[in-house]
Amino acid sequence: MLKISKSKLNELFDAVSAKQALYLPVDRNDGAAEYKKYESGMTMSSALNTVRSAKDFFFPQTENLVDFKMEGKNIEVIDVREESEDFVIFGVRACDARSFTILDKVFLAEPVDSYYKNRRDHGTVVTMACTRPAETCFCKTFGIDPTVPEGDAACFDDGENIFFLANNDKGQAFIDSIASLLEEGDAAKLCEVQEKARAIMEKLPLAKLSTENFGGDKLTEYFNSEKWADLSEACLGCGTCTFVCPTCQCYDIKDFNTGHGIKRFRCWDSCMYSDFTKMAHGNPRLTQLERFRQRFMHKLVYFPANNNGEFGCVGCGRCLSKCPISMNIVKVMKALEVK
Amino acid sequence: MQEAMIKRAKELLADGSVNRVIGWKRGEFVYDVTPAVFDSAEELDADFVYDDFTAANVSKYLIKETKKEGKILAFLKPCDTYSFNQLIKEHRIVRENVYVIGIPGGPKLDAEKIKAKGITGILGAKNDNGTLRIETLYGEETMPYYEAVSVKCESCKSKKHMVYDELMGEEGDILQSNRFDMVEKLENMTAQERYDFWREQLSKCIRCNACRNVCPACSCEKCIFDNPDSGFENKAAVDSFEENMFHIIRAFHVAGRCTDCGECSRVCPQNIPLHLLNRKFIKDINSLYGEYQAGEDTTSRAPLTNYTTDDCEPSIVHERGVE
Repeated sequence: MLKISKSKLNELFDAVSAKQALYLPVDRNDGAAEYKKYESGMTMSSALNTVRSAKDFFFPQTENLVDFKMEGKNIEVIDVREESEDFVIFGVRACDARSFTILDKVFLAEPVDSYYKNRRDHGTVVTMACTRPAETCFCKTFGIDPTVPEGDAACFDDGENIFFLANNDKGQAFIDSIASLLEEGDAAKLCEVQEKARAIMEKLPLAKLSTENFGGDKLTEYFNSEKWADLSEACLGCGTCTFVCPTCQCYDIKDFNTGHGIKRFRCWDSCMYSDFTKMAHGNPRLTQLERFRQRFMHKLVYFPANNNGEFGCVGCGRCLSKCPISMNIVKVMKALEVK
Repeated sequence: MQEAMIKRAKELLADGSVNRVIGWKRGEFVYDVTPAVFDSAEELDADFVYDDFTAANVSKYLIKETKKEGKILAFLKPCDTYSFNQLIKEHRIVRENVYVIGIPGGPKLDAEKIKAKGITGILGAKNDNGTLRIETLYGEETMPYYEAVSVKCESCKSKKHMVYDELMGEEGDILQSNRFDMVEKLENMTAQERYDFWREQLSKCIRCNACRNVCPACSCEKCIFDNPDSGFENKAAVDSFEENMFHIIRAFHVAGRCTDCGECSRVCPQNIPLHLLNRKFIKDINSLYGEYQAGEDTTSRAPLTNYTTDDCEPSIVHERGVE
């Protein structure tokens, strides 16, 4: 396997960023990690989760869709789309990498979302295998092996070296582009590291969490469950869970009046918000119970119903860490489950 | 304390004094407790928890809960009683529908601060004479206990309850806290330094509204920023708006009513020190209108809704704005 010594990682980052924009997770001074555009000398974070997920690169929180300019009775429609620049996201974890597969099912299905596709086409995802899963991790529940992440190319850390493996042509092109910095290496120690991580995966507090009793055919079992009242009771109705979630994909489209024209933009929406799906006739989800239910039914029932059984969660654990009242999909699954 | 609280709650449920109890429910891990309403002795035995991680202020839930039938028992920490009183003053809580038991407060711990040290796989955490011993999937880790203390407890203003029907444990005192130290530090910066500080902090905002929704002072039936008819609805996180306006508008709106409970900073997923905006207002109110602590009582007029001939003149803005 091709590898690079960890002490030479910055040479690699410098080489990559000389050709295209490179983003990688870095530690902030408050201890949290976030993706930043690489500048020479930056150190990659070893954190499992960035606060905001990697979905931002393909599906940003806000973006302009189209402009309208009005003169008299004429309306000019201005296409604001621009070809994205090529970029690399480095150090994406297995959970976030899987989230792209889920987002693809939404945005690349007909009719294709050209805004999303543009960025997807120009982005190369280089993942990083996990060696120290946290107590909040449950990616295994969704069939993800964090020691062998997806993505265009994958990286593996054996403590001293980073090994590279291409998962597709785009990944191979990335590895080819840095080949002069890589050398053949012995992956024996890497196998040990992977075995250790897999052993920890078995011991995680959420290791036994299963999707067995959820899926597209469970609508009636769960929709009218009396458990929703208790589960949603303390929900603040904030958007934290939806905004840190790598798979939440709902958005709103609005017009902004600039005074001499209209900027039509879209922005992330949250099913937790009171005006979510508000229509001319009113709102079909009047209380927090229904909004709360929507989020979990979407991930555990509706999404698999429409996507060949694929669930709308990757078990990254962000909502477990970040919900102000610590209510989350794990607690919902455990409370709701009808065996 | 937890056992005594459960015992007392069961007594009050059994004799019909209350029909519900609001407190905290045990989670999957040592730290992920959820505010919850308990209806029975069985539920209390199974899930009620009061420990180092029960930082959440349950006062705001009483707006909703005291409009329901019957009386609810609320366990309030000293800081929570300030929020409770303020909500009584604003006629948001129906006082006769709640039985308040004052309980000893923090300091409470924040799991995010433990994780910020790079400690992962947290299975347990115990205070051992100032050292926090953390049991993890990767063996025991230690860190100074005070470094894991929640931001809201770092400069506690009071161990004294402002209101209760019954007290458990010993009553404490109002403390000489250092809570304005950071505000003073910001005041002593140049305008540019201060601007840079807030730009860096507020640019992290993802506009999740957790700060607003958890805030006991933010109890409008419909927030102007959620109301499509207001003309100010703002769902998109726009740098220039979040960084310069949203949090500042919110701080203005709660000025004189914010009790400094610290929930805004506790819940912020991006660790923005929002409480500093509120503390600036509190500090200014203290110096311009005389010492005032929101939530200390339920009847006094707040400085910003009162008029006295000693009030400072509006021109104070010009005098204070000079570098």
